[in-house]
Formats: sequence, C-alpha cells, structure tokens
Amino acid sequence: MALARADIDNIAHLARLELDPADVPAYTRHLSAILAFVEQLDAAATAGVTPMAHPLDAVQRLRADAVTESNQRARFQALAPAVEDGLYLVPKVID
Amino acid sequence: MEIATATLAELAAALHARELSSVELTRAYLERIARLDPDLNSFITVTAELALDQAQAADAVLARGEGGPLTGIPLAHKDIFCTDGVLTSCGSRMLANFVAPYDATAVARLRAAGTVLLGKTNMDEFAMGSSNETSHFGPVRNPWDPTRVPGGSSGGSAAAVAAGLAPAATATDTGGSIRQPAALCGVTGLKPTYGRVSRYGMIAFASSLDQAGTLTRSAEDAALLLGAMAGFDPRDSTSVDVPVPDYAATLGADLAGLRIGLPREYFGDGVEPGVAAAVEAALDQLRALGAETVAISLPNSHLAVPAYYVIAPAECSSNLARFDGVRYGHRCADPRDLEELYKRSRSEGFGSEVKRRIMIGTYALSAGYYDAYYLKAQRVRRLIGDDFRRAFATVDLIAGPTAPTTAFALGERLDDPITMYLSDIFTIAANLAGLPGVSLPAGFAAGLPVGLQLLGDHFSEARLLNVGHRFQQATDWHRQLPPACV
Repeated sequence: MALARADIDNIAHLARLELDPADVPAYTRHLSAILAFVEQLDAAATAGVTPMAHPLDAVQRLRADAVTESNQRARFQALAPAVEDGLYLVPKVID
Repeated sequence: MEIATATLAELAAALHARELSSVELTRAYLERIARLDPDLNSFITVTAELALDQAQAADAVLARGEGGPLTGIPLAHKDIFCTDGVLTSCGSRMLANFVAPYDATAVARLRAAGTVLLGKTNMDEFAMGSSNETSHFGPVRNPWDPTRVPGGSSGGSAAAVAAGLAPAATATDTGGSIRQPAALCGVTGLKPTYGRVSRYGMIAFASSLDQAGTLTRSAEDAALLLGAMAGFDPRDSTSVDVPVPDYAATLGADLAGLRIGLPREYFGDGVEPGVAAAVEAALDQLRALGAETVAISLPNSHLAVPAYYVIAPAECSSNLARFDGVRYGHRCADPRDLEELYKRSRSEGFGSEVKRRIMIGTYALSAGYYDAYYLKAQRVRRLIGDDFRRAFATVDLIAGPTAPTTAFALGERLDDPITMYLSDIFTIAANLAGLPGVSLPAGFAAGLPVGLQLLGDHFSEARLLNVGHRFQQATDWHRQLPPACV
C-alpha cells in the first residue's frame, strides 16, 4: 500500500504530529513499506473467527463505586509545565 | 565470590551470613558502574546516594537477624517503571524531565522486599525497538562486543546484568523486549503470562501485550524476583487474580517425561547456522536430562510479526495520546494555539520510530481502515492463540531459538524497519497469545551469545523456571562474563 504525501499529512494531523518537510519522503517510504508488509494478513482465512482483544478473553473487572483515592493535586501539578490556582494553563481555546 | 557473576541466591547467603554488608555490595556495583558503564551506556540514572541509604537500612535489618532473600540486594529498574522521586524518562525526550510521583507496583513490591535501587536502565524510546538504538539518551552497547547492539527494548537492563553492573534488573516485554536482549547479551530473561505482574506504574506502550519481567543471571534468580513481583493488583484492571505459586519449591523437579515441542517454523533457513547449532546442542542437553522432543507445527507463525505491527502501533497511538504538553513531560516553547501546543510538543518530544508507530497505528484505527487492519489483525491473533492451544494439548513446553541471529552491528538495521522488526520473529507470538516465555543462555556463535527460548502455557512459569534451572545446573553458559568486563 503506497502512501501519498496527502495521506501522510492527514495521518500526521490525526496523530497531532508535525513532520519536518525534509523528513516526509523517508516517513512515506517507511510507512508504505510497513503497510505493504502487513498486507500479508489479507491472505489469512479469518471468516467466522472471533477477534482476540485480550489473550485470556478477560472482561473489564468492576469495583464498588466508592471513593478510594485522596486528592494529591498539588503533588501532581508540581510536575506540570504551567499551572495557576490548580488549573493547567494552555493557549486560548475559545475566541 | 565473584561479584560480577554472583547470583541473587549466592548474594543472599553471603548477606545473611554477614560475610559482606549490603553497603559493601552496593558500593562494589556502583564502582563497576562508574568504571564500565561509560563504554556501555546501560544506565540513564544512577541513584548512588539513595542506594547507599537503602543499603544501610537493609544492613540494620540483617544485623537483627531479620529480612528475607531479597533484603539488601541491589538491582536496577528499566526506566519504564515509575520510581517515586526518581527521574523516569522511558528513554524519551518527552519525559526527560519527568520525576515520577509514585512507585510502580512492581517497584513497590521489590522495595518492600528490601532491594536496593542502583538506578534506572536505558531502553528503546517508549519500549519501541529491538536494538536499544532509539533511546534519546544514546544507544547501549553489547558488553560482548561494543560495536554491536545489546538487543531491545530492554537493552540497558540486559547489558547491565551481562556486564555485572547489577545482579538483576527488571524489564518489560511487548514483542520480545526481555527475551531478545537476554539472548543477545547471554543472560536469563523471563516474560511472565499476561496479567501475572501488575502494569500499574509501568508506562504503557501496547496495553494488551505489555508485561513486566526480569533479567537475571539464572532461572533460580528469576524465580526469586517473580515471586516478589507477581500477584493480583486491584490498581491494574488487567491483573489476574490467580494465586502465585512458590516458584523456588519446584525448581529442582525431575525432567523425566517432559515433552518439548519443536515447531518446524522455528528451525528453518532464517536461523543463522551458529545459532541453530548452539540451540541443537542445548536441546541435546535437555534430552540428556530426561526430556523428550517432539516435532510440531504452529502454522500461522508467519503472521505473527505482521499482526503485531498492526496491533502494537494501534494501541501505542492510543496510549501515547496522553503526551500533549499539558500535564507533564515536554512542552514546546511559546505555542500560539492549542493545535500548535500538541503538535510541536509531541513532534519535539518523540523520536522517529515512535512517530512511525503512532502514525501506523493512527492509520490502522482510522475511519474506513479499522476493519481491514485492526480487526483483521485481532482475528489473526485468535488463529495464533489457537495454534498454541492445540500444541499445548500434546506437549508441555515449546522450544526454539530466541532470535534468528546473534547481536547485529550498531546502525546496521536503522534504515530498514522491517528487518529490524524481524529480529522478534520468534518472540512476538507469545505476546499475542499472552504466554510466558524464558530465554536461557545456551552457548556462543563466533564469540556472541545465543539464547534458547522456552514457551509455556498460561501460568506455567514454575515449569519454565524448573527446566531453566535444571539446564543451568548442567551447563555454565549463564556464568560467563564478557572479557572486557572483568
């Protein structure tokens, strides 16, 4: 599956990545090669086969809806790039 | 006792007999790290002061005649495990400033058992790699040949143990990242059953595949560490509530009657002759110990790597979405808007292999492609799991080479992702099926280590470690030290 420049741009945007234009040819080449490689899966006979999401087919464990954690906001926000009054600061979202 | 090749069992005996103190032992490893690691680059962070404090506390416990088999034992943690108050970088620029505010469960359990933290080991960025060449902190070199890779992604942990800089290290395995570096560095690498060890605090790469495990000199040591790390954890929703057996108790069991399956798909042309010869000799040794080998087939083996390179990138694209410059980690300077904040922080923070995998994953999950790629790969995953289920109805374990070649040269595969991915051709299927596996040092080919891989059914770690232990009682590959590390 050969990817075009437009495909790479679209995928990068979806993934919120910005590629250096000089690197785009190499990414295009490598990603196309990987997609060609995984195309082998197309030949596998999987009609009627249940997808395996979990090796032991486990389901999400539930617990009682009770508070078990304590508020450690100050401790965790000490790691943040920009905080003020307990809020994480980001560039303006809404005009 | 030679510190560089000492096993945890030997060290524990010496500590409890007060032949040496934890502080002396810790100092000895710190000295070896200072002397030898500049050439290997196996550590990202060395926690010398913390280690000596912990060693002193351990000595006080030992002096009272208390403590267990891990009290005062120095070890290293792969830099993917959150360690409270210590830099946890995951080998990435994205987390180069991240001091973890809590301990991973695996770390906390080993700390509670009395271990001493020597430092955090180097790794491929976000655990994505098979050579430890994608780390933001530089590549790790193979202690057996510094022009070659140690394997990955747990290259730092494997190299540190192989070089005698630490007697043991934790690591993680998503597609072979414990077993393959164990094989390339000549140490014992254990990947437990999916869900056996808690993933809480272990930075996520591919959540249905990741598993924490060990790199040690011996299977006996792996049993000791696994016993301390394993077990249900309510904080990990994929943790299994299955009792942890006493792995040490069954290490010495007889191998008579053991049936080992040899998949024809693991013994073909793709295996280097020197590797094939060493593995054959190791199998002869197992037969001499009473095991019987049986030819089997895992017909969907050729689909494992392609299926993995849809599933793992898809899961990684989801897991790495949290790195956005907002709450922790790298943030770009002066973003003009939110989109720029996300795009520049992520593009500056992630290396090219990580970006490649995020993009493949994003593509495979995107509208119009989800069924053709991700769902298809999950169906193939079921086929692979079924191959193993059928095999384990007739054999107890499956054996083969851990990797198709010995350690390759640094830089050799960087521009060829597919060839790099194929280094994991024998390890990946076990992650897809959630099975436990161990790589045992099994000899050398042209001076480079070769690993024998054993795979077992779910929760058969006791059997795997028993076979490893009996093999290591009859051989001494696991006691070898690289000449440059004496």
